[in-house]
Amino acid sequence: MSLLEITEVSKRFGGLQALADVDLRIEAGHIHGLIGPNGAGKTTLFNLITGLYSADSGRFVLQGTSYKPQSVHAVTMAGIARTFQNIRLFGDMSALDNVRVGRHIRSSAGLWDAIWRSRHFYSEEARLREEAMALLDYVGIAHYAEHRANSLSYGDQRRLEIARALATEPRLLALDEPAAGMNASEKNTLRSLIERIRSDGRTILLIEHDVKLVAGLCNIITVLDSGRVIAEGAPDEVQRHPKVIEAYLGASA
Amino acid sequence: MEALKHRWPIFLALALGLLLLPLAVQSIGAGWVRILALAMLYVLLALGLNIVVGYAGLLDLGFVAFYAVGAYMYALMASPHLLETFESLAQSFPQGLHTPIWLVIPLAAGLAALAGALLGLPVLKLRGDYLAIVTLGFGEIIRVFMNNLEHPVNITNGPRGLDRIDPMSLWGLSFSKPLVIADYKIASVTLYYWLFLGLVVISVIVCYRLEHSRIGRAWMAIREDELAAKAMGINTRNMKLLAFAMGASFGGVSGAMFAAFQGFVSPESFSLMESIMIVAMVVLGGIGHLPGVILGALMLAALPEVLRYIAGDIQNLTGGRIDAAILRQLLIAMAMIGIMLLRPQGLWPRPLSKSVAGKSQ
Repeated sequence: MSLLEITEVSKRFGGLQALADVDLRIEAGHIHGLIGPNGAGKTTLFNLITGLYSADSGRFVLQGTSYKPQSVHAVTMAGIARTFQNIRLFGDMSALDNVRVGRHIRSSAGLWDAIWRSRHFYSEEARLREEAMALLDYVGIAHYAEHRANSLSYGDQRRLEIARALATEPRLLALDEPAAGMNASEKNTLRSLIERIRSDGRTILLIEHDVKLVAGLCNIITVLDSGRVIAEGAPDEVQRHPKVIEAYLGASA
Repeated sequence: MEALKHRWPIFLALALGLLLLPLAVQSIGAGWVRILALAMLYVLLALGLNIVVGYAGLLDLGFVAFYAVGAYMYALMASPHLLETFESLAQSFPQGLHTPIWLVIPLAAGLAALAGALLGLPVLKLRGDYLAIVTLGFGEIIRVFMNNLEHPVNITNGPRGLDRIDPMSLWGLSFSKPLVIADYKIASVTLYYWLFLGLVVISVIVCYRLEHSRIGRAWMAIREDELAAKAMGINTRNMKLLAFAMGASFGGVSGAMFAAFQGFVSPESFSLMESIMIVAMVVLGGIGHLPGVILGALMLAALPEVLRYIAGDIQNLTGGRIDAAILRQLLIAMAMIGIMLLRPQGLWPRPLSKSVAGKSQ
C-alpha cells in the first residue's frame, strides 16, 4: 500500500489550468522526486498536498485513510510536514525554540498547565527540551541550540528547518527545493542528511531543480510539465525519456 | 526560573519598597499615591496588551474597549443605576446591587475575554495595518455604544456616565475611608494601591508563565511567521483567539478596578487617546518584554503628572501665552519621539538569544 496516494487532482487559477488530472503514488520508505521545468506545477501540487491551496477536484489518501487537505495545520496533524522554498524560520526565536514549536502537536500542556505550572507542565517541558536537543543533534547543529535562528548560516538554517519539520513526527516529509542556493559542500551535507532520514524509515517527497541531486537520491521520480505528469520511473529511465528531454530542452528540431 | 531563585534578595527588597512606597509618599500628599495607584492600573492594561501585541504580534489599537467593558460591568453591578431603570428588579434586591470583589474580578475577566474573542473572530485573517484599523474601529464602537445606550432603555446613562459606584471592600474592610491602626492613618488611596499592586504581581506571574510555555511559544511562532506556524500544526485561529481573550481579560479586570477607584465612569475615560497611550507604553518600554512593558507603563503614567509641574514653569516663562495642557502634550510627544529615536527597540527591550559569531542580524 502506498503511503500517499493522490488521484485525478486538478487545480485551476483563473484561465490557467495549473494541474490537470494528476496522479501521484508515494511508496513508504522511498525518496520520491518531483521535477519539471519552471511553471510545470510542482509547487502548486506541493501546496495542494500540504493544504495551502485547496484542489478543485481529486482524492487524497494517506496511509489508507482519505484526508482533505483544507488547512495547513490539519495536514500537519495528519502526518505531512513540509519545509519552504524560501526558508521560513521563527527568526527571532532560538534554534531550540524553533524545534520546540515543531513539537507543538506532540505535546499537550494547555493554558492552565502553564499558569498553574502543573506537574504535567514540568515533565513535558523537560521531555520537550530533550527531544528538541536530540533533533538538533540529529541534523548536526546542537551547538547552536541557544542561538537565534536568523543568525545561523544559510545551510544551518535549512537543516534547522528540516529538524523543525521532523519534530512534528511526519509520516511524509515534504522538502521544497532544499538545495536552492547552496554551494557544493552544503549540498553534500544535505544529501547525506536526506539519505539518513530515509534510512531511519521516513518517506520523503523532494522537489528539486538540481537534477544531479535528485537523480542520486530518489528511488522514483515524477516529471510534471504544464500541469500533467509526463513521465514517472527510476532516475535513469526518466532521464532518457524522450518527453522529459523535450520538456527540458525543447522539441528536437 | 533558576536565575530568579538566586535573586530573591533583590525581589524581597523590591517588594518591600513597593509596599512601603505609598506610606512614604502619602505624607507629601494623597494625590501622589493616587497617581501611583492609577499607574498600577496602566501596568495591568499594558501587560494585557503585551500578550496580544508583544507575544502574538497582533496590533490592537482598540484595547481600551476591554477596559471600558470591565469598568461598565462593575459600575452596573455595584451602583443603584440598574435598579432605578428596572424597578421590577429592585424588589429582588432590597439592599441594592452590591457585587463583592471575589465575583467582580473573575466576571470582569470573563466578560472582557468574551469581548476579546468576539473582536478576534472577524479579524482573524487580518494582519498589520489592516488589523490595527479594525481594532481601532472596535474601540470606538464600544465608546459610542456607551455614549448612546440610554434610549430606549437607559442602561449606561449616556454621556453623563454612571456614578454612586460602590467602593471596593475586602473582608468587610471598606476602601472608602482611611484605615486607622493605633493612631496611624493609612489613606484610602493607599489601600487601593495595595490591591492594584497585588493584581499586578499576579498578572506578571501569569504573563511570565505563559511566555515560557507551549502556548507562549505558539504565540511567538505566529508573530514570527504565521504560515510556518500553521505548518507546525498550530491551529492559528484558536491561538489568536486565545491571545485576544487572555489580553482582554487583563483589560477587563483593570477597568473594574478603575470604576471602583473613581466611583464614577463615563465614556470620556475610554477615548482613542487612551488606547494609543497603552500601545505607546508597550512599544516604548520594550515590546514583548515584561520588565520593559512595566517600565513603559509606569513612565507614561507618571510623566504627564511630573510634567504638570514643569509645564507650569515653562508657561510662566512665556508669560502665560501657552496653555499648560497643550504644552504638556507637546512635551510628552517630544519625549516619545526622543526615546524612539535613541532606543528604537524600546527602553528595556527583549534580550535576544545569542547570535552566531560574525553575524549581527
